Amino acid sequence: MAQAASRNRRLLARIGEHSTGVIASVLFAAPIVWAVLSAFKPAQEARQPPLPPWPTSGFSLENYATLNSFGDGLWVSAQNSIYVSVMTVVLSVAVSVLAGYGFSRFRFPFKDLFFILILSTIMIPFQSILTPIFLVLTKLGLHNTLTGLVGVYVTLQLPFSIFMMRNAFDAVPREIEEAARMDGASNLTMLLKVMLPLVWPGVVTIALFAFLGAWNEFLAALVLMTDQSKFTLPVMMTALQSGRFGAIDWGAVQAGVTVMMVPCLILFLALQRFYIRGLMAGAVK
Amino acid sequence: MTSIAATTAPPRARKVAGRRQWIGLLYVAPAVALVVVFFLIPLGMTAWMSLHNWPLMGEHFYIGLGNYVAILRDTRFWNALRFTAYYTVIVTIAIFVVAFPLALFVERPRPLTNLYRTMFFMPAVVGFASASLLWSWLLNVDSGLFSPAAYDLGLIDRKFNLLATFQPAFWSIIAMVVWKVAGFTMIILMAGLQSIPQDLQEAAVIDGAGPFARFRAITLPLMRRTLALALILSVAGSILAFDQFYIILRGGPRNQTLTAVYWIFNQSFVSFKLGYGAALSMVLLVVLVALSLVQLWLLRKPEGLD
Repeated sequence: MAQAASRNRRLLARIGEHSTGVIASVLFAAPIVWAVLSAFKPAQEARQPPLPPWPTSGFSLENYATLNSFGDGLWVSAQNSIYVSVMTVVLSVAVSVLAGYGFSRFRFPFKDLFFILILSTIMIPFQSILTPIFLVLTKLGLHNTLTGLVGVYVTLQLPFSIFMMRNAFDAVPREIEEAARMDGASNLTMLLKVMLPLVWPGVVTIALFAFLGAWNEFLAALVLMTDQSKFTLPVMMTALQSGRFGAIDWGAVQAGVTVMMVPCLILFLALQRFYIRGLMAGAVK
Repeated sequence: MTSIAATTAPPRARKVAGRRQWIGLLYVAPAVALVVVFFLIPLGMTAWMSLHNWPLMGEHFYIGLGNYVAILRDTRFWNALRFTAYYTVIVTIAIFVVAFPLALFVERPRPLTNLYRTMFFMPAVVGFASASLLWSWLLNVDSGLFSPAAYDLGLIDRKFNLLATFQPAFWSIIAMVVWKVAGFTMIILMAGLQSIPQDLQEAAVIDGAGPFARFRAITLPLMRRTLALALILSVAGSILAFDQFYIILRGGPRNQTLTAVYWIFNQSFVSFKLGYGAALSMVLLVVLVALSLVQLWLLRKPEGLD
C-alpha cells in the first residue's frame, strides 16, 4: 500500500516537472516560431494579427520578395552580413591563433604588458569610443567600407579569443613540440601541422563566437555604414521597420527577422557543445 | 656539477634560443596592432576630443573643460543616466528571478533535461537587434500579437497600444530582455550549481537540514563567484543597452527611455557634436571602470581556497 502511494507520488512529481519544462520551453520558443511561420503568409494576411501563427490562406514567399524590393534589397544586405561575418571569423581566428601561440610558448619583452593590454579592452566598451573609431577609419580610407567594420569586429573578439587560444595551447604538452622540433619542423609548420589539430575545439569555439558577434552587431554598423549599399541586415531591417521605405510592411519584417535568426539557431544547434564550452571557459576563469 | 651543466647551455645555443624567443613578438604583433589602431588610439582620442569643440565639418578648437561644465547642466544626460540605472536594476532582478529557478530545474540530470536547456537557451543566440525587431512586431497594436490576442480573448474591450505610455512600454522591454537573456544566465548559474560537491549536500541531508536551510548554508555561499559573474554580465550589458530602446521605442514615449549610450549616440551622430559626445563617453567610461573594479573585488578567489 505505502509503496504504491509513494510510487504514485513520484509519478505525479515527474508529471509536474515535465509539464513545467514543456510550458517553459513553449514560452521561450514561441516568439521565434511565430515569426518564422508568419513570414510564410501571403502579404495580405501577414498584415493581420498573427492568429493563428501559421498561414491559413496558402503558403507563400511573397514577404521575402517584398523584402528584396526595399532599398537595395534583402540580398545585398544579406551578402554584406555574410561577408562581414565570414571575414571576421577568418581574421579573428588567424590573429588569435598566432597570438595565443605566441603568448603560450615564447618569452619576449613586454609580453605581460601586451597580454594585459589585450585583455583589458574588455573593461572598456567600444560604445564609448565609437566616434574616434569613425575618425580613425576615415583617416585610413576605410570610412563606410565593410573592411573597416571587419577590423572593428575582429578587435572586439580579441580579448575572448586570445584568452581562449592561449589556454588551449597551454594545455598541449611541450614534449609534442620538442619531438616535432627534433624532426626539424620550423615554428610555423609546427603551429599549422602539429599544434592546430590539437587545439581545434578551441578554434571552433572562437569561430562560432566571432560569427555570432559579427552577424548580430548593430550599433557600430549603424554608425559606421552610412551608405545603403553597405548596410548589414540589422541596419537594413531597422531602416525598414522605422518606415524609411514608406509604410511599414510587417510581413517583410517577419521575413527579415527570420533570415537574421535562422543562421544563428542552426549554428548553435549544430555546435552547441563548443558554444557551451566557450561560455564555461569565460565563466570559470 | 651536472645541474649546472644542464642549466647553462653553450653560448651559441642560448643565442639561438634567445632569438627564437623573440619570434614570439611576431606572433602577437597583428593582435597588438589591431588593439592599438582600433582601441588604444581611439581611447586616447576620446580624451583629447572631449577637450574640444569638434563638429563633423569645419575646424575644431580647444575649449578646456568646457564640455564637462556643459555636462553638469545637461539635465537630459542625467535623466538618461538615471533611467539607465533604473533599467539596469529592474532588468537584472527580473533576469535572476527567472534564471535561478530555471537553473535549479535544468541542473539535475533527468530525461529531456538537455532538450529543455537547449529550448531555454535558444533566444540567447539570437541578436539583440533581431530580437528587438521581432518584438516590435509582436508589440505592435494593429498587426502584432499581444494586443490583438488580448482583445480576441475578451481581456480588453479596446485594442491597447503597449508602446504609447511609459509603464507598459518599459515592462514590454523588460519582458523581451528577460526572454532573450534568461537562458544565458541560467547556463552560468547552472555551472555554479554543478560545481558544488554532491557529498556536501548529502551530508547536510543526513544532519537533517531542510531544502531551504541547505540552499542558504551551502548553495548560496559556494556560488558566490558564479553569482557575482552572472550579476556583472547582466549589469555591464544593461548599462550599455541601446538596440532594444532604439529599435522598439526610438527612445520614446516622450524621450523617457533614452539610455546613456543612446544619448551619446544622439549627441555624436545625430547632432554631430563629436567633442561633446566624447566628453559624455568619458563620464560613462569612468562609471564602467569603477564597476570593473567592484567586479574584480567580487570575483576574488575565496580565501584559503584556490
